[in-house]
This record gives sequence, C-alpha cells and structure tokens, in this order.
Amino acid sequence: MSNRDPSLRRNAPKLVLHVPEPAFRPGDTPDFSTLKVPPAGETPRPDTTVAAAETHPLTTALVRVLGEDNEAVGPWDPKLDPETLRKILKDMVTVRIFDDRMYRSQRQGKTSFYMKCTGEEAIAVAAQTALDREDMHFPTYRQQGLLVARGYPLTEMMNQIYSNKGDKLKGRQLPIMYSDRSHGFFSISGNLATQFPQAVGWAMAAAIKGDSRIAMGWVGDGATAEGDFHSAMTFAAVYNAPVILAVVNNQWAISSFSGIAGAERATFAQRAVGYGVAGLRVDGNDALAVYAAVKWAAERARSNGGPTLIEFFTYRAEGHSTSDDPSGYRPTNEAKLWPLGDPVERLKAHLLAIGEWDEERHAAMTAECDAAVRAAQKESEKLGILPEQGKDGIETMFDDVYAEVPWHIAEQREAALEEGRN
Amino acid sequence: MPTMNMIQALNDAHKVMMARDEDIVVFGEDIGYFGGVFRVTEGLQKQFGKTRVFDAPISEGGIVSMAVGMACYGLKPVIEIQFADYIYPGYDQIVSEVAKIRYRTAAEWTMPMVIRTPYGGGIFGGQTHSQSPESLFTHIAGLKVVIPSTPYDAKGLLIAAIEDPDPVLLFEPKRIYNGPFDGHHDRPVKPWSKHPASEVPEGHYTVPLGKASVVREGGDITILAYGTMVHVALAAAEEQSLDAEVIDLRTLVPLDLDTIEQSVKKTGRCLVVHEAPRTSGFGAELVALVQERCFYHLEAPVERVTGWDTPYPHAYEWAYFPGPKRMKKALEKVMAD
Repeated sequence: MSNRDPSLRRNAPKLVLHVPEPAFRPGDTPDFSTLKVPPAGETPRPDTTVAAAETHPLTTALVRVLGEDNEAVGPWDPKLDPETLRKILKDMVTVRIFDDRMYRSQRQGKTSFYMKCTGEEAIAVAAQTALDREDMHFPTYRQQGLLVARGYPLTEMMNQIYSNKGDKLKGRQLPIMYSDRSHGFFSISGNLATQFPQAVGWAMAAAIKGDSRIAMGWVGDGATAEGDFHSAMTFAAVYNAPVILAVVNNQWAISSFSGIAGAERATFAQRAVGYGVAGLRVDGNDALAVYAAVKWAAERARSNGGPTLIEFFTYRAEGHSTSDDPSGYRPTNEAKLWPLGDPVERLKAHLLAIGEWDEERHAAMTAECDAAVRAAQKESEKLGILPEQGKDGIETMFDDVYAEVPWHIAEQREAALEEGRN
Repeated sequence: MPTMNMIQALNDAHKVMMARDEDIVVFGEDIGYFGGVFRVTEGLQKQFGKTRVFDAPISEGGIVSMAVGMACYGLKPVIEIQFADYIYPGYDQIVSEVAKIRYRTAAEWTMPMVIRTPYGGGIFGGQTHSQSPESLFTHIAGLKVVIPSTPYDAKGLLIAAIEDPDPVLLFEPKRIYNGPFDGHHDRPVKPWSKHPASEVPEGHYTVPLGKASVVREGGDITILAYGTMVHVALAAAEEQSLDAEVIDLRTLVPLDLDTIEQSVKKTGRCLVVHEAPRTSGFGAELVALVQERCFYHLEAPVERVTGWDTPYPHAYEWAYFPGPKRMKKALEKVMAD
C-alpha cells in the first residue's frame, strides 16, 4: 500500500492548505480599522549612509509626512518650496484628467485598451520630481506620471495609445506601453517584472562606467512573485548597484489581492531584509513622503551606498484596465473607504493649509490641465485613431526585427504586401 | 600561425575584441577569477579587470536581464550560460526582451549582445548537460543563432557576433571543444592540432554570420549539418564512400539558403542531421525549405538523422547520440531511391 495513504497516519493532524482570501468581497462593508496607519512624522529618518540593517525597522513602519491637519511634519518632511509642490499637484491633476479622457476614448472605441493609475498619481509624479532628469526609469504599466512629470508631450502619449500616424512605436505596442529614450523611460513590457532586474543591469553599467546617473526599477505587488524580482534583489545586493527598486503595492493584481503575492506574511518592503538591502515602506498617497523616500534612496545610491527597496503602500482605486470590472471581486466602495485618502486631495489640502493655494487657483489650474489634455487629444486624433490603422504601411511591420531585413523576412514582407493588394 | 583548440580560439576572440572595444563586459557563472568551467574566459579578468569580467550568481534569468539593462545603457555584454541546459530560467528575458526590444522600441533601443553557451552531447553529461535547444531560439524572431564547428570558425564567428548589431546566441559544441569527434566513441580522441581548421590567425578576423561553408564537395547527396555533427557527417561520407557534399550551416538564423539550394539542386538528394530531438527540431525547417525550393530536383525524400524524442539518457549516451550507425542507415535510404 502507498505510504501516501492517509489511513496509515490516522493519529497525525490532518494537513490543511491555506488559500489566502481578502478581508472583503462584493457586498461586504469594508472596515479598515485594523490597518495600522502610524501618525505622520512618527517614523525616524536615518542618515542615507547607514548600514542597510538600520533601515530594516522602517520596512514595517510607514513613512508619512502629511498629517491629519494637512501640515508637513517630522524628519521626512522634504521641505519643498511651494512652487515645486504646485508643480507636483499640477502633474498629478494632469495625469488624472489624462486617464479619464483616455478611458473614455477606449469606451468610445477609439482604441483597444487603457490603464488608469487613479489613486496612485503621487507615486510616479513625486518619485520623478525627486530624481534628476538624466536618471533612468524601468517602469511598469501604471507610471504614466513619470512621463508627465518629465514633460513628455501628451500628444505623443496619445499617439501611442491610438497607434496612429504619429506613433513613434509604429503601431507595434499595446496602448500605454510607452517608450522614450530621451525622457529616460524604458519600453514597458507586458511580461511583468522583466524590467525590475533590467534596472539593476543599467545601474551596474553606470557603475562600471563611473557615471553619476542612477536607475529606478518599478514593479507591482503581484509581480513581486516573479523570479525576476529575486534576480533584481540578488544582483542589486551582490554588486551594490546604484538603483532604487520600487514596489507599488496597490493591493490588487487584477482580481488577486496582495495576499496572493505573500502580503499576509510580511510587507513587501521587508523582503529587503533577507537580501541585506536598505528598505523603506512609504505612504504612497502622500506625495511628500514619496518624494522624501526617493530622494533618500537616490542620495544613498549616488554616494555608492547601494540599492534601496521601497514599498509604496497605496490602493488601486479603479479597475486593472479597461478590460476589468472590479465589482466582480471587491466591494465597490473600497477605494472611498481607503484610510490613506486621495493623493491629489491630500496635496491640495496641504497647499491650502500652508496658505500657498486657494480654491480659485485650483479650479483655474484644473481647467488649464483639462484644456491641455483636450488640446493634445484633438491634435493626436488628427493623426488618426486605432480603428483606422493597420492598413497603410504594412511593410513597416517587418522593420526592426533585425538591424537589416534578412531574406526570409523580406520574402514574407513581399507576401504580406501582395496579400494587402488583393 | 598558432594552433588552437576551440576553447583557446574562443578565448582569443574575447581578448581581441575586449582590447578593441571598452564597452564589452563579460560575466557568467564561474567565468571570472577561475575562467569558466570550460576555461573559455581564462585570464580575461586578470587582463581586463574585475569590472569588465566578473562572476555572476547562479541565476541565468538574472544574468540575461543584467545584460539587457547593460545593453540599454550602451554596453556590449558577452555573457556565458554555463550549459545550454541551464538557459531556460533566462528564456523569458531572451524571448520577451532581448529578441523584441529593437522591434518594440522602433530601434530606439537595440540589444547588441552575445549569449554564449556550451551545448550538445557525447560527454556523458546526462540529461542536464547534453541538450541541444537551438530550435527553441531559431523560432524566435529577433535572435540570431550561430554554431561553430572548428576553432577557426569559432573565433571568427564570435568576433562577428560581437560586432553584430543584433543579439546572437552562440551555441558551442562542447564535445568538440578539445578535438573533432567523428561519432566513433570507441576510438581514441583526436586533438585539434591535427586538423587544418585549428590554425587560427592572431588578431582580428571574422567569419560572416549567415554564410554556410561547403566543407566537402560532392555530387551525389547533400548533407546539412552543424556543430559536432559536421564531423560525424564527414566521417560517414568517407565510410560509405559517397560523393557527398557536406554543408556546415554555421549560422541557423539567418540561414544561408542559397548555398543549400545550389547544392541540393546539383545532387538531387539531401540528408539533414542534428543532435537535437527530432520533433520540431531545426531539421524540420530545413526539410521544409529544401522541398519548397528544390522539390523538382529531388530524387528521393529528404531524410533526417537526429537525437531521439526522449530526454538525454545518461547511461545510454551512445544509443541516443546520432552516430555512425544512424548516419549509415539514413544515407543508404536516401541513396537507394
């Protein structure tokens, strides 16, 4: 008889498989009162030169700067000038309006797909603001704020979304999979987490060449489960790479809550501990905390202090993409009840609290952003929308597979062109 | 002219190119101080320093993804995957990233890199040190796949691969690192020094990618081979006293179809050989191309000599390896019709 027969071991306790389940499902009323949200200003800020281990208590804390009274408090307050704060706010508002317009465009059938970053705007925008213009990003698909904060033309983004005549990627990439070398924004891959170790490779190259630029890699909570996450952390630690590795923990990977990626056992920031890498856990809905944490990690990397893993704790307020309906797996009011609030509202309230903003100016700025997005959309749509594409320039489909078109692809190009003519 | 085995020739190619191009970096498992388990990178770290030649963690996915990031930066990585059997953890990075980055960025970023990896059987390596996975890569648009069969070609092809603007996989037939192997495992091992292609020029030269080599001219049958099997095919042609034309493909992608076509149109018969398993092997592509281009010149069905469709079995090395007996049977079949 097989030794796997349970009857042979009837006195031993029966083993149970644990399958993580989120606290709330559709129909439940979310109650986040058990979520530990430390008060702003409480978390200490170590010097950027400390040993990695000294940061490890911070991997279970939460770096927060903006308090209940909307004032910036504590050692992590980056003490940004009001102009920079207003620029961050404006970029965040632009991203939100852009997302709404493009979401609508997809619903109108002008493109196939879109992904919003609603609720997560502070992360990419403030992170970029804390870095130098020349630093390199290896983003995943919800960091459109990096491009906006670096002043990448909105029309270019839309051209890519529409795969139109102005699309510099020649209609080859799914909408929002931007790429722009001059804005230090590496091509987004649909194969998740691949970019995370690539950021480490870029940073190692910068170190090999004695450069002063650093890299920042991005990954979502769900994709930390990929082997590439482990590769990135291992190589970053081994070679002390000048890289910032960011986990955007927005709680949801399509329909799988963060527990399916291991969040029931440890924070994502805690993974830094085992690799001996510096780690920070940051309120991702607090633009000032995001800025301060990235600035800290950048300073550390630039002075050969090595890599930092940062978990940005946030909430994906909308669906995964236009192909997703979250009401099928989570309560619809979860985003509203999320205890860390809305990042745009929080930064606006801060500017109001310090007397550097008013409702009138906010309304005017919002209108300005809205006009800019609409103007860009008008401009982009002149160059076409997705349903009109894919007919002209079929021959370009065969370019850039290799530097030179080899004979077999040239033959197939002829066949495709002939097929197009008939 | 110096005489080199394939390891020395590959090592020399590294040295020539690293001296010419400061952007070349070399890394992989055990390749630094120690010089690699097959010694291909011996002395490189001492000559070029630790930041250009270094050991990597046992992480093929990590090694390939680091190379991607470095190529994005502007370096030219020449990486070693210790055995081709270990390449699979890096497969996603190779297929989804290395192969596609030029295309998906409309050439804003390119991936000039070389992924070297010893492959193939005949060394009692068991199933995890004997595989021939080349067809998993020839199937992927954006990659070039190169397989040398002599020291001269190994150096020239590696230099050409390093200078190529696209990613190149160089599969190195490890059975013939130290000497050509005709498939007769029971006979004494021959060193490269007795072979004319062990004369390897000093300094820089290239063997162009995408060009096959007619290593034996003949009029009765065309044998298409690469890697170790080139030598097995040459021996079989001699033993069967056939006027066989043996073509060493050298590059699988892009394939030198003109050379193949000319030869098969002349001989009217064709045998395709490789160590890799039969089903969906690169031989299937070769057979399809030959029948597309040469059907009306063929006097017999094109045959394949391959490994079996099983994992590579340790104790049954010589029952698995496509050696002289399998060659003889197939040659007789093609010649009989």
